[in-house]
Amino acid sequence: MPWDFKSDRPIYTQLIEQIELKIFSGEYPPGAKLPSVRDIAQEASVNPNTMQRALAKLEEDGLVITHRTSGRSITEDIELIKKAKNQLAKQQIAEFLEKMKLMGFEKTETLALITDMLEEMKK
Amino acid sequence: MNAIFECNNLKKSFGVNHALAGIDLRVERGRIIGLLGPNGSGKTTLIKLANNLLTPTEGSILIGGKKPGVETKKIVSYLPEKTYLNNWMRVHQIIEFFADFYDDFKPEKAYDMLKRLNIDHRDRLKNLSKGNKEKVQLILVMSREAELYLLDEPIGGVDPAARDYILETIISNYSDNATVIISTHLIADIEKILDDVIFIKEGKVVLTSTVDSIRDEKGKSVDALFREVFKC
Repeated sequence: MPWDFKSDRPIYTQLIEQIELKIFSGEYPPGAKLPSVRDIAQEASVNPNTMQRALAKLEEDGLVITHRTSGRSITEDIELIKKAKNQLAKQQIAEFLEKMKLMGFEKTETLALITDMLEEMKK
Repeated sequence: MNAIFECNNLKKSFGVNHALAGIDLRVERGRIIGLLGPNGSGKTTLIKLANNLLTPTEGSILIGGKKPGVETKKIVSYLPEKTYLNNWMRVHQIIEFFADFYDDFKPEKAYDMLKRLNIDHRDRLKNLSKGNKEKVQLILVMSREAELYLLDEPIGGVDPAARDYILETIISNYSDNATVIISTHLIADIEKILDDVIFIKEGKVVLTSTVDSIRDEKGKSVDALFREVFKC
């Protein structure tokens, strides 16, 4: 997945989101070693200080672990990853439901629409 | 640690024209900074003062605590807006020339970058295209292990693909305690590699901020903010 940045929000928050996605999707599997700050900064073409800041936040959340001597890696705590992943999913669904509400859909109607679409996609 | 670059009430006049009208600035080590302003705002004048190519009319400018001069040139790697290299020289001769001149120049870095950009080191400078000449100059400047890089319009004449490579080169070649100051008006291209921005207008600093706090507080990119501040 290539790195992509929108112009209206801080770059470091976008870096956090994109690294999280890489973790959730398995591009960075649990326990995987991360490249050095400089290398991933270069890969994403961003300032190393900005990347450092994003990684510090991910560390705070426990998704990324720093080893004293051997750099950083993704946490091996699969439960933690799952929890963070579910939280992001819930957030996305809440936003979606909000949008549907603005369009005048009741929750049950929305659900019916989703079920219908899934049925069609099976065919 | 002392600031790498400091100006106090720095003024420079050319006759009645006040190019710099009292600049106060303090730049720390380990940062990448965009010096942004419209044409004629004083960007080049400020950079020339830092290189002792001009002397202040009033106020002071300090590089690592020292006045610009022989000592500061050892720690400053400068990319001027215009070329000063001899056109008849071959690229490898210029590399040897730089290696002779600067203790911190790393020829292997220069050859490596030339190879990546497909520039033959046996070519004479005069036979290179405008864009490739600019690339050679930037390669020379970034092959030094300096404490302060002053880049005056480093990406103006090169194509977007090479621009990306050059930005990568800047990110990967400066060391943790070195500072890079880039003067440009191609803001959208360099925005994501910057820590801080300095906006200058009519010889005065109108804004200093980090890129992320501009995006955070104003909800817009530095490029968009620039267009707003300097609207004609």
